[in-house]
Amino acid sequence: MQVEKEKDLVFKAPKSLKEGVKFPFCPGCDHGVAIRLVAEVLDEFNLREETIAVSSIGCSVMLYDWLDVDIVEAPHGRALAAATGVKRTNKDKFVITYQGDGDFASIGLAESMHAALRGERVTAICINNTTYGMTGGQGGPTTIMGQVTTTSPTGRNEEYYGYPIKIAEQIALCDGTAYSARTSLDSIANIRKTKAAIKKAFEVQRQGLGFGFVEILSTCPTNWRMTPKESHERVRNELFEVYPLGVYKEVTKD
Amino acid sequence: MVKKLIKGNYAIAQASINAGCNGYFGYPVTPQSEIGEYMSKKMPEMGLAYINAESEIAAINMVLGACATGAKAMTSSSSMAIALMQETLCYIASDELPVVLISVMRAGPALGYIYPSQGDYNQATIGGGNGDYKIIVLAPSTVQECIDLTYKSFYLSQKYRNPVILLADGLLGQMMEPVELGEYPYPEVPNEDWALTGAKGRAGRAIYSLEPVEDKLNERVEKLFEKYKTIEENEVEFEEYLTEDAELIVSCFGSMTRNVKSAINECRDQGLKVGMLRPISVYPFPTKIISELASKVKKFLVVEMNMGQMLRDVKLAVNGKIPVEFLGKPTGQLIGVEEIIEEIKKQYDAQKDGQSEGALCK
Repeated sequence: MQVEKEKDLVFKAPKSLKEGVKFPFCPGCDHGVAIRLVAEVLDEFNLREETIAVSSIGCSVMLYDWLDVDIVEAPHGRALAAATGVKRTNKDKFVITYQGDGDFASIGLAESMHAALRGERVTAICINNTTYGMTGGQGGPTTIMGQVTTTSPTGRNEEYYGYPIKIAEQIALCDGTAYSARTSLDSIANIRKTKAAIKKAFEVQRQGLGFGFVEILSTCPTNWRMTPKESHERVRNELFEVYPLGVYKEVTKD
Repeated sequence: MVKKLIKGNYAIAQASINAGCNGYFGYPVTPQSEIGEYMSKKMPEMGLAYINAESEIAAINMVLGACATGAKAMTSSSSMAIALMQETLCYIASDELPVVLISVMRAGPALGYIYPSQGDYNQATIGGGNGDYKIIVLAPSTVQECIDLTYKSFYLSQKYRNPVILLADGLLGQMMEPVELGEYPYPEVPNEDWALTGAKGRAGRAIYSLEPVEDKLNERVEKLFEKYKTIEENEVEFEEYLTEDAELIVSCFGSMTRNVKSAINECRDQGLKVGMLRPISVYPFPTKIISELASKVKKFLVVEMNMGQMLRDVKLAVNGKIPVEFLGKPTGQLIGVEEIIEEIKKQYDAQKDGQSEGALCK
């Protein structure tokens, strides 16, 4: 059936997504959902034309192929340093980073945490899938205890690997942080909550309150060697316990 | 214009402000920390961006982000700390961003010490990034040149959308000299067609280095090298001193020029036909003039405060036509005028071998 008028559309792609975008992600990967949510919120706040985004290294590197905003690629881990440079020389612009957990919390932990400590008026979205996806499923900073990866073939143990980082909690401890939350994309309800969290994290930047952060628990079916359904079950059954969902810090304008 | 007595590091900082720098991001390291200190006072006074970054890696990435939006951003650092920036400098070269980096060399390798040095010629001109890329490198020899070449660094970075390194050293950074701190003499270069300013009324733009398609990667590198060819054709700068009738040419760069010139003047007084060729742009290197001189003179002597780095570029330019000798020391040790005179005489005598000993120099 041909839709004749735009007003008759009940569902359409956000304007902040590139027209006819086709995400190249593996079946069951949550990246596409997360990027769509970011685009929806950019549309809702009418921010497309004033946004400068910073892409990172990993599965999300080609952010500029999906989001129709101005984008600069940062070297691995340095997205929030680059975002700081963008924002400090363009205070009127809306600045976001979109990073994986390895980028944000391993190689880039110093840049991430110091951006939060300085209270940079930027928003960081971090996709936590407990592995390095693009390089083929190696163990990362968020790999949970016991998790088998290509570099922890017998499972993550304390002796060789130490413990995973709880990113949203750590970022919440920074005085410059205005909003820090952990969400998930395992269900419709949680997808809606994620969108609400992204909105809040955008809002604190718009109001100049400080650093905005959302950690999104996501799937990596290919590297987890699971079906999409099993992957989302793993998020619920294994990750929620280690990485509880919730808002860890929220500063509001009084 | 009234001359002003000013320290090299402060001169570079003020010249950067005059050039329109609107973002300074740095991390302290001796012997260039005064640049960041100066900027920490001046930039906030003007409402401009200043950050005392958490590391050199963060600092250069802040510069990357700022310059991607068309800002005139810069950083300054030294030696082992610039080693930390190499990855991002390579991204900046591939992204074609107009970045200015002030390099105030200290003695190496590694932590070494804060003594004056020219040990980072290779680091600046060759670099430590991956793949094929080039960075414009300008080497001042006086505080006045620190100012003039800071201006030129900003201009060339904008003109060619390429990173530029001002290659100074601890001697210049810490020395006070009378200078003229005039206005920025270059025109502004438009950036509307590439800078990230928010996709107002247009499609989103992207600045990136990833090129998964082989042909596109080739195209990118070929385009870069077309640009480097233009830079090599148009931006070579050097100083020739008493080369007209010279039989021996001393070649040096940066602060070493000062003692080399004194040594040449002394040797000239003693009747030796000695001249100097000093590259001011060490990339693009003045290969053509050195090649031409190599057809006229009998010998080159390269003098540097390192174990022989620019030596390689001089040898490549001379291309085996005449001998290229070297006087250098491990970084951190100055080479005095007397030592240079002695070496000039030694090389001059050796060149005149077969003729009456002592007739040309006592």
